[in-house]
Amino acid sequence: MSESIYELIHTIVIPEFSKTLYMVSVATVLSAIVGTVLAIVLIITHKEGLKPNNVVYQLLNTVINIIRSFPFIILIVAIIPLTRAIVGTSIGENAAIIPLTIAGAPFVARIIESSLREVDKELIEAVKSFGASNFQIIFKVMLPEAVPSVISGITLAIISILGSTAMAGVVGAGGLGAVAITYGYANFDNTIMYGTVCILIILVQVIQSLGNFLYKALK
Amino acid sequence: MIEISNLQKSFNERKILKNISFTIDDGEICGLVGRSGAGKSTLLRCINGLESYDAGSLKIDGFEVKNHSEKEIRQFRKNIGMIFQSFSLMERKTVYQNVALPMECWGYGKEEIDKRVKELLKIVDIEDKIHEKPRSLSGGQKQRVAIARALTLHPKILLCDEATSALDPKTTQSILLLLKKINETLGIAVVFVTHQMSVVRQICHKVCILENGEIMAKGAVNEVFMDQPQSLRNLLGENEEVILPQDGVTIKISYSGENVNDRLLSDMAQKIGVGFSLVWAKTEKYRDTVLGFVIINVDKNHISLVDKYLNDVGARWEVLTNE
Repeated sequence: MSESIYELIHTIVIPEFSKTLYMVSVATVLSAIVGTVLAIVLIITHKEGLKPNNVVYQLLNTVINIIRSFPFIILIVAIIPLTRAIVGTSIGENAAIIPLTIAGAPFVARIIESSLREVDKELIEAVKSFGASNFQIIFKVMLPEAVPSVISGITLAIISILGSTAMAGVVGAGGLGAVAITYGYANFDNTIMYGTVCILIILVQVIQSLGNFLYKALK
Repeated sequence: MIEISNLQKSFNERKILKNISFTIDDGEICGLVGRSGAGKSTLLRCINGLESYDAGSLKIDGFEVKNHSEKEIRQFRKNIGMIFQSFSLMERKTVYQNVALPMECWGYGKEEIDKRVKELLKIVDIEDKIHEKPRSLSGGQKQRVAIARALTLHPKILLCDEATSALDPKTTQSILLLLKKINETLGIAVVFVTHQMSVVRQICHKVCILENGEIMAKGAVNEVFMDQPQSLRNLLGENEEVILPQDGVTIKISYSGENVNDRLLSDMAQKIGVGFSLVWAKTEKYRDTVLGFVIINVDKNHISLVDKYLNDVGARWEVLTNE
């Protein structure tokens, strides 16, 4: 028994754990990039923004809300054609990164949007008053001022993406979630099931503490 | 020189600015006062194009502020510095970086920036905090940094939006003195939006009183305070209950130290031999002059003598009646 667990850890848990880390990190980076761009567009085109444009704002706002309304598992299935077109397959960790990013980016966009909105309006006026361009206002003032709150938002996003990877495991993405379901739940093996959950709990704790630490250090 | 004529602005059918006209000369300190919602901050923001206006004209050295390309208006704003009630500094940057920001945005070289920032921090007397972040500064110190930042691009005009309203009286004093010094040594015109009349009294040459988007009174500070128009009384909110005597004639005299000697009343008693009783008196300091206000009571049959005497010495006076 103990030998088979040892073997299980070596042949299954560790490789699947690294797959989870891989999916989470790539999806987070992509979500952060796409999300930041979306957030900046939202902030600029908002009616009190630097270049108000209601059509663009409402369009983006609606699209983000629609994507965020999808249950993640349905989203995975719904965008299979897109995933196939990009990755070439709908199975495996690379394929999972597409739905993870599509679900993660709007989430990150909302977080960064609200962080940017918190930047003092008078500060933006002050910066305008000495003739800064809109580009400078966003990249030299708003984003740098919002960094700590963006960091704590991204911490939230990482944990949410980690939760989603477990679900992606169900449709063949691999990772710790898949281990918990196939080797634990389906195999009636509570040790494996709760063991993987424990690993996930520790992972979440580490991410959150790291996020808190960075927030404090940067504030 | 700032020339404003018939400026109008509405927002959602509500008129925020109605027929605003006044001028501010180079090197002058002008106070825009009024209650909150009177339109004074909006008017201030029209001066550097942060707000637009619907009709009328606002010219700065002949440059009409409205209808310019983004690039032109940015270039124009270099001539106008601005400071705010909430100081508006970048919390995550040091004092040095905050003051350097405008020059960085305009692509100045590192050495030039370094020289200018240090020079300005000396002027605002905060050199010792150069590498601190705003969080560790007091309100007055933050405002000094903001003033330094507003001056980096050598503006000709400094706009102040309730710049001392968040400060305690003593700090307010020191900031006002600093602004006065900057005005005198650098010749920068200052437009000061405030609801604190003490600010106007201490540093302004000129004042405009706004009520519901209209200018109710404007002119040199001591003139306006001597005249005491209704709009000024509304703002001062002085309800000092002076109990006026029932008999005789009650007269309020206002005089400024320049044109009337301060022994006005005793001279009157001696020269025209008319006795009076003193009801109320007050003197106030305005920038460089002192204004005096006294209320006296004289017998009805002496009024023509008093009338002649006061007119001869050039005092302003009015007869008060019991309402």
